[in-house]
Amino acid sequence: MNIIVCAKQVIDVSEMKVDANTKKPILQGVPQKISDIDKNAMEEAIKIKDKHGGKITVLTIGPADAKERIKEILAMGADEGILVTAPDNIDYFMTATLLAEAIKKIGEYDMILCGEASIDLFSGQIGPRLAGLLNIPQITYALNVTAEKDKVTAERNMGDMAVTTEATYPALITVTKEINEPRLPSLMQILGAANKPINEWTADSLKSGLKPLVETVELKGVSMERKNIVYQNDIDESIGKLVDSLAKEGVIGR
Amino acid sequence: MVLVYSDNKKITIEILSKASEIAKEQKKKVTAVIIGKPDENLAKEYISYGAEEVFIAETELESFKSEEYSDILASIVKETGTETILIGSNKNGKELSARLGGKLNAGCVVDSNNIYIKNNKLMAERVVYSGNAIAVEQFNSTPAIITVPSKAFDSLKKDDSRKGEITKKKIESEKSKSKILKAHEMKSEGTNVEDAEIIVSCGRGFKDKGDIKLVQELADILKGKTVGCSRPLAADLKWLSEEHWIGLSGHKVKPKLYIAAGISGQIQHIAGMRDSGIIVAINKDPEALIFRSADYGIVGDLYEVLPKLTDAVKAKMG
Ligand SMILES: Cc1cc2nc3c(=O)[nH]c(=O)nc-3n(C[C@H](O)[C@H](O)[C@H](O)COP(=O)(O)OP(=O)(O)OC[C@H]3O[C@@H](n4cnc5c(N)ncnc54)[C@H](O)[C@@H]3O)c2cc1C
Repeated sequence: MNIIVCAKQVIDVSEMKVDANTKKPILQGVPQKISDIDKNAMEEAIKIKDKHGGKITVLTIGPADAKERIKEILAMGADEGILVTAPDNIDYFMTATLLAEAIKKIGEYDMILCGEASIDLFSGQIGPRLAGLLNIPQITYALNVTAEKDKVTAERNMGDMAVTTEATYPALITVTKEINEPRLPSLMQILGAANKPINEWTADSLKSGLKPLVETVELKGVSMERKNIVYQNDIDESIGKLVDSLAKEGVIGR
Repeated sequence: MVLVYSDNKKITIEILSKASEIAKEQKKKVTAVIIGKPDENLAKEYISYGAEEVFIAETELESFKSEEYSDILASIVKETGTETILIGSNKNGKELSARLGGKLNAGCVVDSNNIYIKNNKLMAERVVYSGNAIAVEQFNSTPAIITVPSKAFDSLKKDDSRKGEITKKKIESEKSKSKILKAHEMKSEGTNVEDAEIIVSCGRGFKDKGDIKLVQELADILKGKTVGCSRPLAADLKWLSEEHWIGLSGHKVKPKLYIAAGISGQIQHIAGMRDSGIIVAINKDPEALIFRSADYGIVGDLYEVLPKLTDAVKAKMG
């Protein structure tokens, strides 16, 4: 079974700071990581490889420094990494197009695994877009995946519906965070990853002249002004004050 | 043409109002699309809410599959020269839109609650970075696809005198290689956190499933009756169903009053409740992040605070 896992390097949103004056997020200097749910996709790929054998390729579109992050995925158990270096102002159209071109260049594959969404922007576009470009079936929001020799089945969380879908290969699957617990690589695996190949391709070599169809022209701050009144002392007194305040706010009462 | 589609009637009606506004500026028509059985009553209803045309794509398809529905929509878009496509932002709608974007090489913005035209360009705003910022997205080409969550826009007033054309057409779609083996509605207890005015939420600070009655009792006294929870309680422990799950990957809520007990206040939880009116936090850790996102907080053991708070509210409300 040849599996391709798409993984994105993102900023760690929980480490993000907001400018006190403009309320705009500060994007510089925030630690980078592989988007959490992409690691769930990787974990699922390992399980499938354990059962059927084959090869796992991790594919990332991103800046040159994403190479360090790809090593984490190789340490988890991927056999090979591919980094497509791309410009900053890339949109989903460009990312998906580059992924599709890279996948055509890789050649044979049975399954593409993605996270349901990346934790920075949480759009969830890449999986379905890519499946549309490659014209293969898409199984989204998988809560579990059963891969057999000639078909794959998954139970999916579609909000108010639970749907079980089956597809033949090749197929693209997006997984949820609930599907598994991604493994932490051992020291041996981390050291071993240094010897695994990471190929670097440029965006232009795959498809030249790509321009974004959608541009982020501004990032606006969101003000989260809260009163931050915290009662710390005697519990009974605190509760008395809280209830009075809530009544004054008009949120409780008859 | 501005095309509107959702498999959810309520969202379709809400989007029709925004679509009418955009269409007026672009001097185009608003067309609602129905995929499936020709339901003329539904078509008439869409017209009464502002659709100038309803396109019924008749198919034999039994159930929703993005592969097939995106194929149908792509044919309609090409045939009609549609420029703007607004789709309801439930999970079906999102995966459909993104696949359609891939097929048509069209730009797509999901989950937008602010759509407008500026300098002749279509703009869509959406919340990013777990609620830390709003991205202003500009479309540089057509067709443009935007998905719209429920309650983002108020529907127009129903007006049965509105006139519109109904077109019915059989549309063949490429057969998907996927098969739906089973589909059933998630078990519902009828909880609707998104519509709730008062929510009392619980998190990992609760030691046992049975202890959830502490939040339920407070919620009942507050006449809110609605219990919410953080992700671990619904996703990992399964003490509560999905309907209660609030946050980035759960429900987005905006009650008048949100009380969070035993919830640490990680950004992904805040993303789902930051638009609440008044936020109250109960946590035994004075350093807990939740206090930074709260109007009022009590530092204390929830097992002591909740029953006492319930009694105090009961006394206050008489
Ligand atoms: C991609 C992604 C998506 C996510 N989506 C969501 C989402 O939609 N919703 C969501 O909620 N989370 C989401 N999360 C998870 C989120 O990051 C946190 O892990 C989660 O919200 C923590 O839940 P919690 O606050 O209940 O638990 P914890 O973080 O464990 O906090 C428990 C809190 O209870 C307090 N406590 C313990 N005992 C007591 C006591 N006796 N009395 C009072 N207080 C007590 C502790 O001090 C602590 O603050 C997501 C994470 C990722 C990576």
